[in-house]
Amino acid sequence: MESTDIIKPENLVYKRSRLMTEQPLSYCPGCGHGTVTNLIAEVIEELGIESEVIGIAPVGCAVTVYDFIAIDWIGAAHGRATAVATAVKRVLPDRYVFTYQGDGDLAAIGTAETIHACNRGENITIIFVNNGIYGMTGGQMAPTTLEGMKTSTCPYGRDVNMQGPPIDITRMIAVLSGTYYVTRQAVHTPAAVRKTKKALLKAFELQKTNKGVSFIEIVSNCNSGWKMSPVDANRWMEEKMFKIYPLGDIKVDGKMLV
Amino acid sequence: MGEIQLMKGNEAIAEAAIRAGCDAYFGYPITPQSEILEYLAAANPEKRTGMIVLQAESELAAINMVYGAAAAGKKVMTTSSSPGISLMQEGLSYMAGAQLPGVIVNVVRGGPGLGTIQPSQSDYFQSTKGGGHGDYRLLVLAPASVQEMSDHVKLAFDLAFKYRNPVLILTDGLIGQMMEKVELFDPVPRSKTLPDWAACGKKGRPHNIITSLHLDAYEHEKMNQKLKEKYALMQKNEVRYETYYCEDADYLIVAYGASARISQKTVTLARNRGIKLGLLRPITLFPFPSEAIARLAAQLNGILSVEMSHGQMVEDVLLATRQYPALRVEHFGRFGGVVHTPEEILEAFIKLFIQLN
Ligand SMILES: Cc1ncc(C[n+]2csc(CCOP(=O)(O)OP(=O)(O)O)c2C)c(N)n1
Ligand code: SF4
Repeated sequence: MESTDIIKPENLVYKRSRLMTEQPLSYCPGCGHGTVTNLIAEVIEELGIESEVIGIAPVGCAVTVYDFIAIDWIGAAHGRATAVATAVKRVLPDRYVFTYQGDGDLAAIGTAETIHACNRGENITIIFVNNGIYGMTGGQMAPTTLEGMKTSTCPYGRDVNMQGPPIDITRMIAVLSGTYYVTRQAVHTPAAVRKTKKALLKAFELQKTNKGVSFIEIVSNCNSGWKMSPVDANRWMEEKMFKIYPLGDIKVDGKMLV
Repeated sequence: MGEIQLMKGNEAIAEAAIRAGCDAYFGYPITPQSEILEYLAAANPEKRTGMIVLQAESELAAINMVYGAAAAGKKVMTTSSSPGISLMQEGLSYMAGAQLPGVIVNVVRGGPGLGTIQPSQSDYFQSTKGGGHGDYRLLVLAPASVQEMSDHVKLAFDLAFKYRNPVLILTDGLIGQMMEKVELFDPVPRSKTLPDWAACGKKGRPHNIITSLHLDAYEHEKMNQKLKEKYALMQKNEVRYETYYCEDADYLIVAYGASARISQKTVTLARNRGIKLGLLRPITLFPFPSEAIARLAAQLNGILSVEMSHGQMVEDVLLATRQYPALRVEHFGRFGGVVHTPEEILEAFIKLFIQLN
């Protein structure tokens, strides 16, 4: 059998999203950012909203995400994506507006913007990739870094007496009445990817109903920053990260799940 | 004739924004300009024109909201006073880098630090030399009356979109709080179309990216070159100033905004004593009316730069007159929130230029 015998429409199980550009991804091999970027493209394509969507890119490893997905994008200053998204949605209320942010961006320098956009109940989707470290700048401590975890700015491990414990900003914003859908997912296995995709679909669709913020945290790896192979990083993430950041829905239809 | 009203400078700014067809305003309270947000909140512009007004959680958020609405192609404005404008500098640099239009008003108060809520002109360097990081300029307008507070808002929007650059209206607590008669311009309807570069959903065109990032240094140099050419074009086309008793002047005061209003009286007082003093009032601070000052320099015995600061604009006056190294250029000004009187200016002028001769 020749390969051309197999490449037929009826045998298609997976295809690259039409919205992904030819630009090679800048992420390290094995990094969750690549999967998340791809999922966003797939979801926008499936919902057929590519002409009505505006993405807000962060400062972080996803800074050039605008080169990868062929939709309109605005690159925000470090931490300010939700302020930018607030304005875009307010002036263009019939568009779909989302931010893509890392944990340094969303939970350190941009904490105030995150909390207030959530508190105002902006009708936007916030996609939050939590890898417990500053990937882009070379692996420094993030507010989400786990206790005892080593980074270049806490080389002996995070000391919670000195630096405080890892912050769970997703739970913090979930208690605000402005958030409508808050969930924590991952992209390290095919099953997890499918769940995250569902969550993303739901989040974008919710924007049609004007109910407030839909917030999707994706607990992810940073194999380069963690100094592990991608496989080890995923294992470590399952063992350590998911304990502090357990996966699952936190708030659905405006109601906290206990 | 347009509608005439008695208004505070700050109120004139707010009313002018609604009339200029502004789509959105984002701001954070700070004295001496809180009336702008208050006026906008009370005037219900959302009903009048559909203009959005939102109180942000900080000036940092406000300027990044301005960045967002501008990136979406909308006419957007924010206002603040000195400490708040300092917080906005990163955002202004991003707007300049991403070539976004927008109007920013600084109703200056005395600094440094928390300083005072009294008027000052001590933010001249920050306003005209960039302010934030990187090589960039804001186009800077300096109103000297409540009338201009209104007129400059409309002008600022036009210039911001013409050059795709943020425009700063640099005023102070004196003009902001002062009440004067103002003839309001007729309302301009809000634009129904969005510019082709805006990030607003890509309907029927390739996708747009608004960013100030160019990782390749050579690409970034090209981008900077474009900016440089744009600022040169502003210098060629947008210089605005006003002269007062300059034709026969032996001496010249250069002053903007509130200091220019006060210096007008100084000119009268000097002329009453037989001193041929004139006044040049820059209306744009960037671009600075250097050529106009240089042209006058040939006939002058001296120039006094009058500003409520330690002396900032005086450096631009010195640069403008560098072909006349023998010409004396001095600075006078009260600062830290104190407003000089016409008599004080005259006294300083006489001490510096007449008694020494
Ligand atoms: C005002 C400002 N401060 C600091 C930086 C440097 N910086 C760039 S990205 C980053 C942290 C990124 O970490 P995170 O948001 O967790 O995203 P990741 O790279 O891990 O995806 C920092 C500190 C900056 N660009 N701007
Ligand atoms: S540095 Fe970390 S977060 Fe950034 S692309 Fe590499 S693995 Fe991913």
